[in-house]
Amino acid sequence: MSKSKGTISKGVDPILIWLYLLLVGIGITAIFGVTYVEGEPVVSSFFSFKTDYSKQLYFFGISIVLATFILLTDSKFFTATANIWYAMGIGLLLLVFPFHSSVKGTESIIRFGGFQFQPAEFCKVCVCLALAKYLSRVDMNFMRTRSQLIAAAIALLPAAMSILQKETGLALVYFAFFIVMYREGLPATILVVGAAVAVLVVATLLVEKNLLAFVLTAIAAFVVYLMRRQVRRDRTLLIKIVLLWSLCVGIQRFGVPFIFKHVLQRHQVERIYSTIGRDIPAEYMKGETGEGTAENTKKKGAVDYNVKQSKIAIGSGGLLGKGLLRGTQTRFDFVPEQRTDFIFCTIGEGFGFVGTVTVLTIYLLLLFRLVHIAERQRSTFSRVYAYGVASVFFFHMAVNVCMTIGLAPVIGIPLPFISYGGTALITFTLLLFILIRLDADRQMVLR
Amino acid sequence: MSVFNGSRSYVVRLIFLAVFLVMVGQLVNLQLFSNELNDAAINNAVLRKTVYPPRGIIFDRKDRPILNNTLMYDLMVTPAQVKGVDTAYLCRLLGIDTAEFKTRITTAIIKGFKNRPSAFEELLSPEKYARLEENMWRFSSGFFLQQRPVRLYPYNAGAHIIGYVGEADSGIIARSGGFYRPGDYVGRSGLEAYYERVLMGQRGVQMLIKDNLNRIQGSYQNGALDTAAEAGRGLRTYIDIELQQLAEKLMKGKVGAIVAIEPKTGGILAMVSAPNYNPNDLTGWDKKKNYSRMVLDVAGPLLNRAINGRYPAGSTYKPLGALVALDEGVITPAFGIGCSGRYYGCRRPVGCTEKWSGHSGNLRQAIAYSCNSYFSHVYRLSVDNPKYGSTKTGYAKWREYQSAFGLGHKLGVDLPSENPGLIPDTAWYNKTYKGYWNSCTNVSLGIGQGEMTVTPIQMANAMCIIANKGYYYVPHFVKKIDNETKADTILAPFRARHEVLTQISDEMYEIVHSGMQDVVEIGTARGAKIPGINICAKTGTAENFRIIDRRRIQLKDNSLFACFAPRENPKIAIAVIVENAGFGSTWAAPIASLMMEQFLTDSLRAERKPEVERIAAANLMPSYLPRLQFLADSTRAEFYYGLTKDTSYIRKFRRRSQLPGAANDPNAPADSTERVNNGMAILDSAQRQLRKQNQRRSHR
Repeated sequence: MSKSKGTISKGVDPILIWLYLLLVGIGITAIFGVTYVEGEPVVSSFFSFKTDYSKQLYFFGISIVLATFILLTDSKFFTATANIWYAMGIGLLLLVFPFHSSVKGTESIIRFGGFQFQPAEFCKVCVCLALAKYLSRVDMNFMRTRSQLIAAAIALLPAAMSILQKETGLALVYFAFFIVMYREGLPATILVVGAAVAVLVVATLLVEKNLLAFVLTAIAAFVVYLMRRQVRRDRTLLIKIVLLWSLCVGIQRFGVPFIFKHVLQRHQVERIYSTIGRDIPAEYMKGETGEGTAENTKKKGAVDYNVKQSKIAIGSGGLLGKGLLRGTQTRFDFVPEQRTDFIFCTIGEGFGFVGTVTVLTIYLLLLFRLVHIAERQRSTFSRVYAYGVASVFFFHMAVNVCMTIGLAPVIGIPLPFISYGGTALITFTLLLFILIRLDADRQMVLR
Repeated sequence: MSVFNGSRSYVVRLIFLAVFLVMVGQLVNLQLFSNELNDAAINNAVLRKTVYPPRGIIFDRKDRPILNNTLMYDLMVTPAQVKGVDTAYLCRLLGIDTAEFKTRITTAIIKGFKNRPSAFEELLSPEKYARLEENMWRFSSGFFLQQRPVRLYPYNAGAHIIGYVGEADSGIIARSGGFYRPGDYVGRSGLEAYYERVLMGQRGVQMLIKDNLNRIQGSYQNGALDTAAEAGRGLRTYIDIELQQLAEKLMKGKVGAIVAIEPKTGGILAMVSAPNYNPNDLTGWDKKKNYSRMVLDVAGPLLNRAINGRYPAGSTYKPLGALVALDEGVITPAFGIGCSGRYYGCRRPVGCTEKWSGHSGNLRQAIAYSCNSYFSHVYRLSVDNPKYGSTKTGYAKWREYQSAFGLGHKLGVDLPSENPGLIPDTAWYNKTYKGYWNSCTNVSLGIGQGEMTVTPIQMANAMCIIANKGYYYVPHFVKKIDNETKADTILAPFRARHEVLTQISDEMYEIVHSGMQDVVEIGTARGAKIPGINICAKTGTAENFRIIDRRRIQLKDNSLFACFAPRENPKIAIAVIVENAGFGSTWAAPIASLMMEQFLTDSLRAERKPEVERIAAANLMPSYLPRLQFLADSTRAEFYYGLTKDTSYIRKFRRRSQLPGAANDPNAPADSTERVNNGMAILDSAQRQLRKQNQRRSHR
C-alpha cells in the first residue's frame, strides 16, 4: 500500500465528517446572520477577514488543514505522545498565570500577536488523550480506588487551574469526563450519590431551610420505620442512617451556604438564582462588597437581562422562524454575546422550532454516532478517547443550549462547531479528527 | 476488555437522549406556546413614533389667517455621541457657562436620553439660531438642530381669544386617558384648547425598528403598518381682526374688557381683556420668561376679563329693567315720576345724577338721562307686583327674567372657563337677612348695583337680545370648521336660536330702543354719536369697592358702556368696561363708538384718528395696583423664605420692589438691621392680609 489518496480516506467514518461539515456550516451561517451589516458585499466580505463570519471561515480553513495533517498521521503517534500532550497542556495552562491578558473578566487568555489563545479550551484534547492513555494501561484495574482517584486527578487538574484563571465554565467541562470513567467501571453509586447531592443542593436553594430539615428528618424516620426489622437485627444500620441524615442536613444547613458565601463569586450566585427564578437571599449578598441593596437589585436585573432577551429571541421565532437576517432580537443586539455563547438564539429566532430541533437532532446523531464508534473499537485507548470526545461535546452542547433557553445558569461555554471563536473551533476539530484517525485504525490494538 | 461494562453504553445514550428531550420540551414551551415572548420581541425592537400633523389655522371673518404655523429650531443633543466638541465655544454661542452645559448633559442622561436625542436648548432665538447654524459643523458629533412647528401671530392680537399651545401637563395626560403623552403639545387655553380635537388633526404613527440602545435602524416591515398624519382643520371665525386690533389699542394702559357681538348670529367680532399681551410672547424662545412674568403680575394679563371679570352692571342694566317692568305690566311707556336728584322711596335715599325736573317724565326720557330714581322705583314695582302676592315670589320672577337675559349663569361661549356672574336667589337673601327683606333691601339691583354682577360678555349678549327683540344665539367665535362633517357636533350648541324674551311685544322693544337712541342723541353719551348711524346705547358708571390693607376702599367708578347699532338692522352689539376710569360717557362710550364706526363703515373718519391716539395714550391703570403687587410679591417672598430658609428670595424681592422705609430712595442699600426687621414685619402682615383677601374673594 502506497501513501496515496486512498489511504487517507480509508476507514474514515463519513457520517462524522458530514455531521461536522453540517454543524460548521450552520455555525458560519448563524454568525453571518448576527454580524452581517446591511449593504456589505456578501462574497467579498466573506473573504476579507474583517468580519466575524469571514474570520470563522478562515478558522475553518485552518481546522481543515490541521484535520488533514491528523488524518495523515499514524494513530500510534497519539498513543505514544498522549502523556506529552498532557504535559504540554498543563504547561500552557501554567504559562497563562504570568502571561495572561484580561478579557471580559477572565484571566485565561494569552495574547499572541493579533491572536488570542485559551489553553483551558485546548487542554480538553490533552486530558482526553491522557485519560485514554492511563485507562488503557495493561495493568489497569479500574475497580481499584487508587486508579479511580488518579483518573479523576488527571481530569480535574486542568479544571482546578481553570478555576484559578476565573474560567469556571470551562472548568465544569472537565467534570464531563466522569461519564467516561462511568463507562470504564466507575461505580454507579458515585453517579447516584452525585445526582442525589445535586438534588439536595437544588432543594436547598428552592425550599425554606427549616422546612427542608424537617422533610429530611421525616424521610429518615420513614426509612427507619420501613427497615425496622433489619435495624433490629443490625444496630449499625441505624447508625448509618443517622449519619446519612446528619450529612444531608449538614450539606443543607452549612455546606451550601458555605459554598455560596465563600467559594462562588458574586455573579455566579446571581446567575444560579436567576435560573431558578428566585431573589438572592440577603445572607449571600453580604460580605462580598457590602454595597447597598439598590445596586444589588440593579445587578440582578442585568443578570436576568441576558437570559430574558435570549428566551424572547428564541420564543419569538415561533414554529418556522423569522428568516435569516430578519430576527429583530439578534439583529439589533438585544441579546449579548450572540455570536459566541448565545449563538443558539440566532438559530431559534431565525429558523424557529424547526431550526432548533434540527440542530439538536444533528447533535444527538453526532453523540450517538460517537458512542457507536466508541463501542466498536478494539483498543481501550480509542474507546476511552471516543467517550471523552462524546462527553465533552455533550456537556458543551447541553449546558450551552440549556443556558440560552433558561434551564441552566449562565455559564460561558461555546456551542461546539457553531459558536464564533478560533480556539474553540480548532479544539473541537482536533478532538473529532483525532478520533476519526483512531477509528480508521480500529482493527489495530493501540496502547 | 472491550465488552467489559458494555451495557453502560446504553445508559450513556439514555442520558444523552433524556437531556435532548428535556431541551426539546423547553423549546416547544418557548417557541410554540409562548406568544408573550413574541410580543416582547416586538416591544423590544419596534418603536411607535408619533407623527404630529400641522395644527389647524384660525381665520377671521374675511378669511385672513390670524395665526400661522412656522418653524423654529431646538438644539438637540445625544450625550453618548458628544465627542471632541469645542464646548467652550458652544457655551459662548449659547450664552451659558460650562457648569450649565454639564448640568444639561447630565440631566439629559438622567432622563434616559443618553443614546437618544433630547432638547439641549428649546426654541432658539433668531440670533442664537443664526450663530449656531453657521457653526453647526463644529458640533456635528452629538448636536443637531431640529425643526419644531410653532404658532406665529401676524396681527399681534387676540391673545385671550386664541389662547396658547403648550406641553401637556400631568393633569391633561391623566384626564385624556392615555390619548396625550408627555411631550405632546396641546391647546392650553382659548380657542386652541376649546377646539383642540379639531385643530390638532389626526396624529399618524410610524413604526420604526430600534436596537438595544434605542437607536433607530429603519422602518418596520417597510412602513406597511404606518398610518399617515392628517393635518388639523382650520377654523373660520366671526372675528374681525382689524376691529380686534383697534379694540386692543384702545384698551392700552387700562384694566377692563370689551366684547363685540354680531346680534343676528351670536358671532363674536372682537373680545379684549386688558391688560393683555402679545400672543407671540408665549410662543418663542422667551416664552417661559414671559409666562412667569405675567403669572406674577397682579393686574392679571393672563386673565380673560371678558368672560371671567365680574362687574356691577351699573346703569347699563336699566334697559333690561325697563323691559321687565313693561312685560310685567307694572308700567306703561308713559309712566313717569318726579325726581329731584334723589329717590326717597326707601329709608336710605338713592342718589341720581340729574336734578332737573322732567328728566324722568316717561320711560324714554328716564333711559336717555339714566334716572336712578326712576329705575329704583320701577324695580320695586316689578318685584312688589301684586299679582305674585309677595316680594319674594316677585323677586324670584324678576330673577327668572334676568336669567332669560343671560345673566347669572354661564352662556356657554366657545372658550374654556367662563364665569357665571351672580344674580342672588331668594334663598341667599333669606339667609343673609334672616328672612326679613323687601324690595328696599336690594333696591340697588334696579340700577345694576348691589349684589348682582355680570360679565362683559353677558352684558354684550343682553344687548343682542334687546337688539334682536327677544332672541339670541350663544356667543361664539367659530362660524364653521373646514371640511365640516356631521360628526362635528361641537358647533351645534351655537346654531340653536334661543327665543327667550320674544313674548315681549316689538312695540315695547321699540320704546326701549328709542330711549337708548336718545342716550346718544340727547342723553348721557352724546359724544358717541356717529353721523348716519342710529345707535342705541346705555352708559354706566358703577361704584365698586376693593379690600386693600384690611380696609374696604371705594375705588373710582367703573366706566361702562353697552350699545348696539344700527338700530334698524343691528349688526354689532358692544359692551365696554374700563375699570376705575370714571363716567361711562368719558371712556367706555368713545371706545365703543370708535369700534362701531370701524366695524360698520370699515374705516374711521380722519377726524376720529386723533381720538384713537388720545384714548390709547391714556393711562388709566388703577392706583391700587402697585400696592397690591407689593403685597403679593412680599407675601410670596416670605412664603418661599419660610419654606426654604433661603434669604435670596427676600433679597430678590427687595431688589425688585422697594421697602416702604426706602420709598424715597429705591436704590438705597437696605443693609441696616432695623430696615430688614421692618421688612420682615411687613412681609408678615402682608401675608396675613393676602390670605384674608383670598378668602374673601373666594366667598364672593
